[in-house]
Amino acid sequence: MSDATLPSASAQEPRRSASRARGESPVVQVILIAVSLVFLLLFLLLPLVTVFVEAAAKGWEAYRAAITEPDAQAAIQLTLLVAAIAVPFNVIVGIAAAWAIAKFEFRGKDLLISLIDLPFSVSPVISGLVFVLLFGAQGYFGPWLQANDIKIVFALPGLILATVFVTFPFVARELIPHMQSLGSSDEEAALTLGASPWRVFFRVTLPNVKWSLFYGVLLCNARAMGEFGAVAVVSGKIRGLTNTMPLHIEILYNEYMGAAAFAVASLLAGLALVTLVLKTLLEWHYGDVISASRHH
Amino acid sequence: MTAATTTFRWREPSILPGFGLALGITVTALSLIVLIPLAALFLKAASAGPADIWAVATSPRTLAALKLSFSAALFAALVNAVFGLILAWVLVRYDFPGRRLIDAAVDLPFALPTAVAGISLAAIYAPNGWVGSLLAPLAFKLTIPFTGLSLGFDGKVAYTPLGVMVALIFIGLPFVVRTVQPVLEELQSDVEEAAALLGASRSRTIFRVVLPQILPALMTGSILAFARAVGEYGSVIFIAGNVPMVSEIAPLLIVIRLEQFDYAGAAVVATMMLLISFALILTGNLIQARARRRFGDV
Amino acid sequence: MTRPVFPRLLRAGLVLGAFTLCFGVVAGARAQTELLNVSYDPTRELYRDINAAFLAEWNAKHPDKKISTIRQSHGGSGAQARTVIDGLNADVVTLALAGDIDAVAERSKKLPLDWQKRLPHNSSPYTSTIVFLVRKGNPKAIKDWGDLVKPGVQIITPNPKTSGGARWNYLAAWAYAEKAFNKDEAKVRDYIGKLLANVPVLDTGARGATTTFTQRGIGDVFLSWENEAFLALKEFGADKFDIVVPSLSILAEPPVALVDANVDAKKTREQAQAYLEFLYSPKGQAIIARNFYRPRNPEAADAKDIANFPKVELVTIDDVFGGWKKAQPTHFGDGGTFDQLYKPAR
Repeated sequence: MSDATLPSASAQEPRRSASRARGESPVVQVILIAVSLVFLLLFLLLPLVTVFVEAAAKGWEAYRAAITEPDAQAAIQLTLLVAAIAVPFNVIVGIAAAWAIAKFEFRGKDLLISLIDLPFSVSPVISGLVFVLLFGAQGYFGPWLQANDIKIVFALPGLILATVFVTFPFVARELIPHMQSLGSSDEEAALTLGASPWRVFFRVTLPNVKWSLFYGVLLCNARAMGEFGAVAVVSGKIRGLTNTMPLHIEILYNEYMGAAAFAVASLLAGLALVTLVLKTLLEWHYGDVISASRHH
Repeated sequence: MTAATTTFRWREPSILPGFGLALGITVTALSLIVLIPLAALFLKAASAGPADIWAVATSPRTLAALKLSFSAALFAALVNAVFGLILAWVLVRYDFPGRRLIDAAVDLPFALPTAVAGISLAAIYAPNGWVGSLLAPLAFKLTIPFTGLSLGFDGKVAYTPLGVMVALIFIGLPFVVRTVQPVLEELQSDVEEAAALLGASRSRTIFRVVLPQILPALMTGSILAFARAVGEYGSVIFIAGNVPMVSEIAPLLIVIRLEQFDYAGAAVVATMMLLISFALILTGNLIQARARRRFGDV
Repeated sequence: MTRPVFPRLLRAGLVLGAFTLCFGVVAGARAQTELLNVSYDPTRELYRDINAAFLAEWNAKHPDKKISTIRQSHGGSGAQARTVIDGLNADVVTLALAGDIDAVAERSKKLPLDWQKRLPHNSSPYTSTIVFLVRKGNPKAIKDWGDLVKPGVQIITPNPKTSGGARWNYLAAWAYAEKAFNKDEAKVRDYIGKLLANVPVLDTGARGATTTFTQRGIGDVFLSWENEAFLALKEFGADKFDIVVPSLSILAEPPVALVDANVDAKKTREQAQAYLEFLYSPKGQAIIARNFYRPRNPEAADAKDIANFPKVELVTIDDVFGGWKKAQPTHFGDGGTFDQLYKPAR
């Protein structure tokens, strides 16, 4: 199609009514919807359904036994603990980053944004590897840590570090565009009226962005609990001690306990579903606010 | 370090407080969690010495793994660009029963742990799985005349490079949909109406008027999907087959080098991946910034 | 008018977060004694039984030095050695081959280089060998190593670079070829090259390869640890697979060792030593045979379990390859024979 055909084409085409201008023919609509549905079915819904079908394969008793077994319980607790530390940390850093980036103009801002986004595109395996290189027995700080009997890799701190690394951008990514689109006039007005800086932050800024903050926390939490590659490198895979839920799933899977593996997986899949439901509810009720935060 | 100096004008003046504190927290956390660890990685890679770095970086196995990771990610990003665009279009423009449900389901890969996804994808697409068993009879082989190139599908998805792509399509889809969707929602209808009134056909309007406007978002989304897919590990290893030179992805090669106690070799492969990925994210942000300037989106 | 609670909380949270992250959780002295056994993939079931039996026996005899738990970590043998080198404080390592424990000794210096002389039978309380697992009825008529290189036969084996079992597979095939071709190296290499060309999937560990063969239905023959093959029959039913015993195989000696520096730091030497010795005890040997490993002392085991083990000519790595210290770099190091001969067909 070349530009030269444009005038002749427009001359031959009958005029359309403006109301029909944005619609495709029903046939095209049905085809496009069907394509979307099949695509989603094959790539998204089937895996989810598989998890629950396989989890239920051996019945309710086996399911309950799989998730109440001590090692599974330890894995669940560890996963919750890691997320309970990693997510608040990233909330604080994410808010700070969004404040600096959205409310101020300074040099190197684009670079800073790119650096915050960086963990997002770093392979999870590398995210684990870097901490082994730093804190492993053969790593840069390894001998010193060993001399002082401090454990980082193959213990809780390593799992937290790897998780924080992987989820670093999630909160900031949601907050920055939203704060940018809101501008600073509300805060400036409040300051001019004599409110203290912290009061402005907690009474004006946070309420304004609370929904995109919540959204960021949801995604951050889902990823923190589900991370596999990074924690696999730093965990040491000690049953009942440093196994998170995804690692426990892999172990069960490798022990021919497919139903048990999928039972624990179904907990994480359930978490994913809850996340999606919460997110969808958020969007129904606060759609304007959230879409404002996402259109960049 | 974080204080603004007036002479150089590191930042524009503002009456808002807290710049130092906010930037301080950000830069400190960024340094401790991301930059210093990554610096350790570069340091380790550099410790190998130029000859060894070159040997690892150009070994056929490394190149094959990088090629697979990047080409499978590229292919997955293209598939996602096409189907993600269609999905976003359907979700924004059409009303049909279950639309809300579909809209919610798009985020599933964000929420579902990658290892869980990998295990269930492998179960579905294995030759004895739900989908794999349907695909097995569809094997074909086409030879393109004169070129000597042949195009084939031996009926297997799991444990082949195709399996890698399936996993990467899974994890990348929401990036495209979620970047394109809001732009599509905001699109002013008057331009489309004007085009139609001027007599442009519907397809012409879409390709000439609508697509150019959402192209930056589509590219950003695809680049995000691509960058994420390149490094993906958890969902891929279960479905890939992991045959060196054929279906071995670069992150797995890092793990394998690590397991052979070759820390420097692992660091070299990791560094190569990292440099390429960072270049991509930077490009993505530049595209976004330029598009924002052009379309006045802020 | 201001509410200073939030900032204070925030600051406290920040300090706390920074503290946790920077200093980590200092491992204090534990009130309870725990042992950590870092092992390889197929021993999961074996050590589940051993640990329960040993705990009962030890705690009954030593009420003052009770062991609360024996922790297990499993993975590919090479990967597991790596985590110990990187600082995982294992009390004992029970890996697939001596080469991996050698690596731990050399790199971490946490146990002496001559660790293998400290316990009987080269520190291997049990042995195993490599057999073929085929689909029921053996549709491809695979009887011996020679049948593996036939066109159209698909072989499943893990990656020798990461899996200890796969190294035994590779060396067993090599030993067969040396004998069959009368040590004509060109023919041996040709044979191994053809064999590797028939491998469609290389998993990183033995367990992953078993899953690929048994649950995913890939491949005609699975080169497997003997114990892993028996376990597959037990788990998935004897009506699905057959075990084929080749004319010659290799005597695989998975060794065990105490990690001296770790047990001294944790003050668990006595318990860890007793744990390893328990493996050699009649009770331990019986459990070993029940889990399809060949015990060193067959008299201690149930005769029914011993009857499971087929008679097969076994060569040792010392006789054919001059030990792991020589075999590892020659065959599996960077640029070794595996790298030279592995050329994927597709």
